[in-house]
Amino acid sequence: MSGAGPDPATAPGSPDRLYILTGGQARGEKKAELDLVTLIVSRTETDPGLQPEHAAIVRMCDYPLSVAEISAYLELPVSTLTLLLTELLAGSQVEARPPVPAAALPDVQLLEAVMNGLQRL
Amino acid sequence: MDCKGSDARGPDIHAGPRSEDVLPASATAAVKVVIVGGFGVGKTTLVGAVSEIRPLTTEETMTQAGVGVDDLAGIEHKTETTVAMDFGRISINEQLVLYLFGTPGQERFWFLWNGLFEGALGAVVLLDTRRLEVSYDVIGRLEERGVPFVVGVNRFPEAPTYPMAQLRAAMDLDDSVPMVECDARDRASCRDTLLTLMRYLYTLTTVSPEPQ
Repeated sequence: MSGAGPDPATAPGSPDRLYILTGGQARGEKKAELDLVTLIVSRTETDPGLQPEHAAIVRMCDYPLSVAEISAYLELPVSTLTLLLTELLAGSQVEARPPVPAAALPDVQLLEAVMNGLQRL
Repeated sequence: MDCKGSDARGPDIHAGPRSEDVLPASATAAVKVVIVGGFGVGKTTLVGAVSEIRPLTTEETMTQAGVGVDDLAGIEHKTETTVAMDFGRISINEQLVLYLFGTPGQERFWFLWNGLFEGALGAVVLLDTRRLEVSYDVIGRLEERGVPFVVGVNRFPEAPTYPMAQLRAAMDLDDSVPMVECDARDRASCRDTLLTLMRYLYTLTTVSPEPQ
């Protein structure tokens, strides 16, 4: 890493960058259990020390946003995003609000709420 | 030459929802419904018709062992395929958000289903009467997985029209599974299809004996 100047692969915007950001971690650490519709909310302001991808997530999740939406806005595959979110969750920069737990069949009150919401469309 | 000025590979620091697409801070949980059907059947149209946000696209990558003819014996050849899913959102109330995901029905995309159907309330199978075989496989797969679903028949002008009873028989569909006409371009029609799913789930829930 040292000696011959900056490594082009780690420069922001490098195509290898995301792989490097997430590649080592993918083997070792455990991924967070995140659903496509888990809502992510920032717990802190963006920290200048954060990687650009992490900072973009923290900034974006000022208000709750689903994993699917973050993936769409950042144009990142869900699997890559999950690794980035795992790091942010470990560092308490964001919190995750899990989806309504799935029973074998959904709760009657939940269904009534969804029906009422749909009827207002 | 690509004339786009920005570096497409770097994170867009301004990426994120438009101010009118922001959820309230009080949003505590989400639920999802999956719209399944073949290419061009109207999944994205349906999602767009009822979504409060412009439909977005999320991606997932699949690594699969290649079966190419140029494989060398003993050397594993892997290819990575990216599959896109369009989705939209409906705020149900201040706390609850409903997401709608459109996913292709062809068997080669079933790998997407694991994460997608986990915790989903249920599914709408959009039927294309020009390609019934895709929907037939989808329905079998949903039944296997125990995912409750309703069938929406999106009538295309050039598509053959069959009576509902004939479609039900062709699809080998149980009488208890609701089947409705669904014009994917029409907000009210799509809303009613989703309400049909919710009422069906409600029936399933209320008639099932409590596991005690």
